[in-house]
Amino acid sequence: MSDVTGNREIVMQASNLEVGFGDRVVLDGLSLDVMRGEILGVVGGSGSGKSVLLRTIIGLLPKRAGSIKLFGCDIDVLADAERRALERRLGIMFQRGALFSSLTVRQNVQFQMRETLDLSDRMLDEMAIAKLEMVGLSAEESDKLPAELSGGMTKRVALARALALDPEFVFLDEPTSGLDPISASEIDDLIKTLQGTLGLTVFMVTHDLESLYSVCDRIAVLADGRVVETGTISTMLGSEHPWIKSYFQGKRGGAMTDRTQNQ
Amino acid sequence: MSTVPLLRGTITDGQLQLDAAGSWTSTHAGQLEKLLDNFIEKSSEVGGVIVEMSAVIEFDTFGAWLLERLRRELFARGKEVRIFGLADHDRSLFREMEEIKQAAEQRPSPPGRAFAGLEIVGRRVAGLGRDTLAFANMFGALVNALGRVLVRPRSFRLTSAVHQLDRVGWQAVPIILLITFLIGAIIAQQGIFHFRKFGADIYVVDMVGILVLRELSVLLVAIMVAGRSGSSYTAELGSMKMREEIDALKTMGFDPVEVLILPRVLVLIIVLPMLTFLGSMAALYGGGLVVSLYGGMSPDIFIDRLKEAISLTHFEVGMIKAPFMGAIIGVIACTEGLNVKGSAASLGQQTTRSVVKSIFMVILLDGLFAIFFASIGI
Repeated sequence: MSDVTGNREIVMQASNLEVGFGDRVVLDGLSLDVMRGEILGVVGGSGSGKSVLLRTIIGLLPKRAGSIKLFGCDIDVLADAERRALERRLGIMFQRGALFSSLTVRQNVQFQMRETLDLSDRMLDEMAIAKLEMVGLSAEESDKLPAELSGGMTKRVALARALALDPEFVFLDEPTSGLDPISASEIDDLIKTLQGTLGLTVFMVTHDLESLYSVCDRIAVLADGRVVETGTISTMLGSEHPWIKSYFQGKRGGAMTDRTQNQ
Repeated sequence: MSTVPLLRGTITDGQLQLDAAGSWTSTHAGQLEKLLDNFIEKSSEVGGVIVEMSAVIEFDTFGAWLLERLRRELFARGKEVRIFGLADHDRSLFREMEEIKQAAEQRPSPPGRAFAGLEIVGRRVAGLGRDTLAFANMFGALVNALGRVLVRPRSFRLTSAVHQLDRVGWQAVPIILLITFLIGAIIAQQGIFHFRKFGADIYVVDMVGILVLRELSVLLVAIMVAGRSGSSYTAELGSMKMREEIDALKTMGFDPVEVLILPRVLVLIIVLPMLTFLGSMAALYGGGLVVSLYGGMSPDIFIDRLKEAISLTHFEVGMIKAPFMGAIIGVIACTEGLNVKGSAASLGQQTTRSVVKSIFMVILLDGLFAIFFASIGI
């Protein structure tokens, strides 16, 4: 049913994507594959279209040309019902959380479960708390409203909500930005654990070099509206592309490289 | 692709053997939960429970939690549970679930019915007191800001005020003209219809003239403005509050009342009389049109009669109320805007309250003015 290269199934295949607003073309002939079970980190300068790519793949932005296949199905030709079923296999965490402000933390996490699954109230409550504890929150936080949360807690709740239905493919828009290094590495660990336990595929937009080094199996670099390089950290370090060079070997990236080499 | 989850139990030698199969996933969690609860009840007769998981094809957090819950509940009943046949990655997921604490919930128990009623009344009264205080506070802050602006006229936000003047005043003109025109016409039509029965057609002009100038046009305009501009003030200030824009202003050393609220309230005070004047004219025009087209009275007679029926006092009584109504709409809208809390629902709630309260206050004020004018004999 799905395309398979080598032994691994391609979960998402974008080819020759073109996306723009008015006269401005943001993505210009972009092609990118995501394999099942991998954690793909997408990097690029501010305004290089990382979030636009993410929003296009999940169908929030229209594309001008090209095609996107999710789980082997072209999302443009699917009927509404099929599309909704497919969207249920995706989990999305937005950059600023996008929590429903009038629902409590628990209700935010339960929302999709309540609507799509036939579960008892007890099970709903327990699952919501289980998900919250998995992302490092405690049951005491579950009755708070999103407005009462700190930035890091908002991120965690958003992640818990994205994982509510145990999706196969998770999109994370800067999951660790704005977090202290300890919380950020906790989130990184969590993503890594979930990849191992649930076989999660992750598409992660990030600026966090630490995440790129510690959790991402593969990195895709966006520049000039297309993917200029994909590969592991060592591919990035060997790349001659000027932006990649300055990103991974600049002051911050360089320090990280030294550290990993010393280890 | 996924098969129905299955859980079969057999009791041998005082041991309950549970054979699990199929998909232990979110889709089947509801079904699975019932099956498990069933076996938990049955387990009272046995000494230990063995769960054989090797035939399970799919396993996710929902399945893992149900398995963990089974383990905990049986453990709490003093039964030993052994789980076999979990695949490696499923086992690590199950381990994750073992760490979930599920702290017992302690929600405050709801008070009894009699107390619940009392509680509502108490909260309402306290809320009313707070609202009044907030209103007075805002009024005071505005007067204070006005004082400062009068001392240093350059600090007045002229650009903001002109912008508001355009939005609240100029852009409201068409709809105000249309509505007052229609109301004027409707009153005249009804007047003719009923007054004709006892041959008092001509007094329709008196009725339309006095009613429109004294009461109707100012009330209609105030209600329209409360719905149109008061609500937008509340929503604007509310969303600025939600995004911490107001806090940002404060930390930069600006007074939000002076920067945001004073121009808005002043503009309403200026605009409302203007709109009332335009509204009165449109209503009289509408009334005149109906009187001459439908009632067959010539326009000259209408104008002559109007001159006799109304005096400058009627016009003044109407107009003098307008700026007060503008002020009260502005103050209520801005107070409610600043009361918005973090959620989208709160923004909606405060906007509703703002409109309902300002319309109520406008009508109340109109009543107070009526008493006042009656007692001074105008």
